[in-house]
Amino acid sequence: MKRIIFVVLLGFSGATLAEGGMLQGSCAACHNTKGPATQTLKTAFEKKGPDLFYAGNKYRQEWLVSWLQKPGRIRPAGMYYGGHIKAGAKGDEIDASTLTDHIALSKADATSVAAELMKMKPHDDLIAKEKIEPGTIPKQMGEMAFTKFLGCMACHLIEPEYGGLSGPELYTAAKRLQPQYMSSFIRSPQAWEPKSMMPNKNLSEVNIQKMVHYLETLSKENANAN
Amino acid sequence: MPTKLVLLLLLAAFSVQAQAKETPADNYKAYCVQCHGSDGTGKGVNVRDMTVVPRDHTDAKAMSGRSDETLFKAIKEGGPSIEKSILMPPWGATLSDEEIKELVQHLRMLCKCKFG
Repeated sequence: MKRIIFVVLLGFSGATLAEGGMLQGSCAACHNTKGPATQTLKTAFEKKGPDLFYAGNKYRQEWLVSWLQKPGRIRPAGMYYGGHIKAGAKGDEIDASTLTDHIALSKADATSVAAELMKMKPHDDLIAKEKIEPGTIPKQMGEMAFTKFLGCMACHLIEPEYGGLSGPELYTAAKRLQPQYMSSFIRSPQAWEPKSMMPNKNLSEVNIQKMVHYLETLSKENANAN
Repeated sequence: MPTKLVLLLLLAAFSVQAQAKETPADNYKAYCVQCHGSDGTGKGVNVRDMTVVPRDHTDAKAMSGRSDETLFKAIKEGGPSIEKSILMPPWGATLSDEEIKELVQHLRMLCKCKFG
């Protein structure tokens, strides 16, 4: 039986490699590359990596090219934290033995995969609704809002050793993500992923802008991270 | 025959709804465990740097001090709606009212307690 599945898989990956290259081949083994977004928690729990079918609306191309060659962990507790925790002395802690590393690509592969990813833009409609006002926010003000007034630190790191662990680290967010995507996702995570672990905190427009500016400030400070 | 068809349609509509609704156990696992912990005692993977410790859902004394309506409001609108921490976010855009009601009953099961 296993052999049959293997042959089928081989046949499948051969066909997809011919059609969509590496993206629809090996990437699709762990990422949702075709959409639609996950509609049930059962499938959300099994996710191995972020959805890529809207990568062109989400990521910065230059970051993709560099990260794919030297991939580092962005989500301290993996894609779904529940699959990577164990009971520790002080409560739940990350079970690092269950986390797997992303494969590294050659420069040529990283460049071509990133170019393919950037073509995937099914959510231009959501992006078009966003307008990022130019501006900055003093780091301390942003941090105050992030931690004390908005509570984002519950789930996100704003520096390598400060913040929550179930969500993706945010001190590299603006390096990774397009500003309109950040504001759109903060505005309504469920518009992108109905089963997102991120709640809609009903932020005002002013606060959304503030957070995007704060994330940009943070990423500039952490120029060497990821 | 038309009656059968109506029944069939009703059944189809119902099963779509049933598919969309998650179980309280799964919702708890997805959204609550990150802070309230896999055993519900408030020691989730996120708590290390928190200034306010998440509620221990197994604490019958504390949990019996909150009505079902208060718990519903806290889940739907977030901690500040019941004058508690901003670190507890609103889940109203994630969960339906029915799912939140079931989650409240799930909390009652964890604390083995009722209001009052």
